[in-house]
Amino acid sequence: MKHQGEFRNGAVARRLAERLRAVSTRPTRLMEICGTHTVALFRHGIRSILPENVTLISGPGCPVCVTATEEIDRTLRLARTAGVRVATFGDLIRVPGSDSSLKEEMAAGARVSAVYSTLDALQLARDHPDEEIVFIGIGFETTAPTVAAAVFSAARTGLPNFSMLSCHKLLPPAMEALLSSGDLGIDGFICPGHVTTVIGTAPYGRVAETHGTPCVVTGFEPVDLLQGILMLVESVEAGRADVAIQYKRGASPEGNPKAREIMNRVFEPADAPWRGLGLIPGSGLALRDEYRRFDARARFDLDVPPAKEPPGCRCGDVLRGAAAPPDCPLFRKACTPDRPVGPCMVSSEGACAAFHKYLGR
Amino acid sequence: MDTTRILLDHGAGGRASHNLVNDLFLKHFAPDGGQGIEDCAVLDLGPGRIAFSTDTFVVTPIFFPGGDIGDLAVNGTVNDLAMRGARPRFLSVGFILEEGLPLEDLERVVVSMARAARNAGVRIAAGDTKVVPHGAADRLFINTAGIGSIPDGLDISATKARPGDQVLISGTMADHGLAVLCQREGLTLSNAILSDTAPLGGLVQTMIEAGGPAIHVLRDPTRGGVGTSLNEIALASGVGVVLDETRLPVDESVQGACDLLGLEPLYVANEGKLLAFVAPDAAQDVLRAMHGHPLGRRADFIGRVEASRPGQVWMETAVGGARIVDMLTGEQLPRIC
Repeated sequence: MKHQGEFRNGAVARRLAERLRAVSTRPTRLMEICGTHTVALFRHGIRSILPENVTLISGPGCPVCVTATEEIDRTLRLARTAGVRVATFGDLIRVPGSDSSLKEEMAAGARVSAVYSTLDALQLARDHPDEEIVFIGIGFETTAPTVAAAVFSAARTGLPNFSMLSCHKLLPPAMEALLSSGDLGIDGFICPGHVTTVIGTAPYGRVAETHGTPCVVTGFEPVDLLQGILMLVESVEAGRADVAIQYKRGASPEGNPKAREIMNRVFEPADAPWRGLGLIPGSGLALRDEYRRFDARARFDLDVPPAKEPPGCRCGDVLRGAAAPPDCPLFRKACTPDRPVGPCMVSSEGACAAFHKYLGR
Repeated sequence: MDTTRILLDHGAGGRASHNLVNDLFLKHFAPDGGQGIEDCAVLDLGPGRIAFSTDTFVVTPIFFPGGDIGDLAVNGTVNDLAMRGARPRFLSVGFILEEGLPLEDLERVVVSMARAARNAGVRIAAGDTKVVPHGAADRLFINTAGIGSIPDGLDISATKARPGDQVLISGTMADHGLAVLCQREGLTLSNAILSDTAPLGGLVQTMIEAGGPAIHVLRDPTRGGVGTSLNEIALASGVGVVLDETRLPVDESVQGACDLLGLEPLYVANEGKLLAFVAPDAAQDVLRAMHGHPLGRRADFIGRVEASRPGQVWMETAVGGARIVDMLTGEQLPRIC
């Protein structure tokens, strides 16, 4: 962890901020599409040192937040199914669905286990042969390969009581959907360093080419963030729609072909519902036919009634970058981290939780 | 004792209970015989006001790098007393034991408590044991209550922070929380992270000798960490606190593990550190005194108190930005103490 000193160096950061002030001549709106970026930008106080011209908007980068209510409702249906134990990443447990949450179902006796990785879910399946373990697969291209590897391993070792509900999302189709909606005025994307380690930069090339929007793959330390923002502002000022990598120590143009290979072997692209963005073609991952026996939707009846969204909650607009958290009438009133109404207040990576935690009252 | 595990009999008040008290608890807690077995202890406290506190410990696992539930239970209550300027004097100890607990583990915990009490200069003067059926508790839970005496002329309280005060911390943040978490989750790091559990009474006495009434507030930032403790003080005193991020001491391997796990050291528990709010003219003297004590070697100024923005904690970040430091919401790490 030696790099921390270098990438948290106050003097370097100040020089980058000065350079930004010198370069920026016009209003520029940049969107970060990674929850870890959202939190890091707040935590290091980056927003407070940017020139007034530069506005950061949080996009659909928090995996828990973009999970649609209908998908949450399916996990609740699973939790209520006799003999089933739901294995999920912890954040999802508190996200409200149409009429309940996993946390409430747990209190009523449902079997729900928080896991740190898919491997933990496989272990649960081995440890509880009398239960059906259903892993809730959420997350972007960073998580999907490890989930694919787990399914692959379950297929090889023949775990009869393991299945998964795939709620995975792919980022580039969402970026295209945001730009195509046209009304958001996004001048550049701060692209997620970790997703890029898997997908490489080719998908951003298409975004930049079609929409003329520059993309910079950025790391997570303060110096990374400032440098990434500076690179984007320079592109915007010069009228360039280029794709560049600031996070060179982590990401490469090729990404990780091995990770993509296992992901493609187990999953195929599918249409997916996003909170706030609706159904986006080809933006999700479904298990391929040969792995269908691990698909919870094939194994259990998961048809749910149309989802009910909490009245007044603007998580959808926040995820599209069409509203900032304080624009929501519920923010800090009916909706707080202790009693969240929408998922953007539940997840530590959600924009509402970050605004609540780091911005003055 | 003719069994190797705790049985329900050990809590039933009969011969097994009697033997457990004599052969284990009194043997270690009162090797000189103490006052024998009476219904209560009779204590002579002398002059000064009395400080009184209680805390309950449910940490899992019960043994972790740098400590165990036993020294934690002693130090936790000792430190709560010390944070009001009291000299910790006497503790009571209540055990809730799960049927089947290996006696060897219980003895290890009791020995550790006896050692911690000696280090802290307190006497364990009263105790109680209950045994619950297997599954009704997780191994063992400990409650301690303690009393201490406060010297005349001292009024250290979370309500006493004043604009101009310097904020000091006695050492690195987040060691305890990370040590327990790494042990629990089986995370192996190249440099083992040790809990900082320690009795702070001695350090506090050293500070009082140097600063006396210039020490306005003391707080041990346990659950919720430094961030939450500072918020509590800002609210209780009606003042604003401004932190300097570059001065917050965090051990390098703790910082690395926090980054890996997505935790902020500001919100992770400590069990042997204190925060002090000291009037500006005495702050250097108090800091120097802390540096002279083994538990204060890495003490430093981390911030200051302002009249503006009462009830809030702000941080000037390393990159020259500013952001609020809110209280911890929810539970970052369950069963950490």
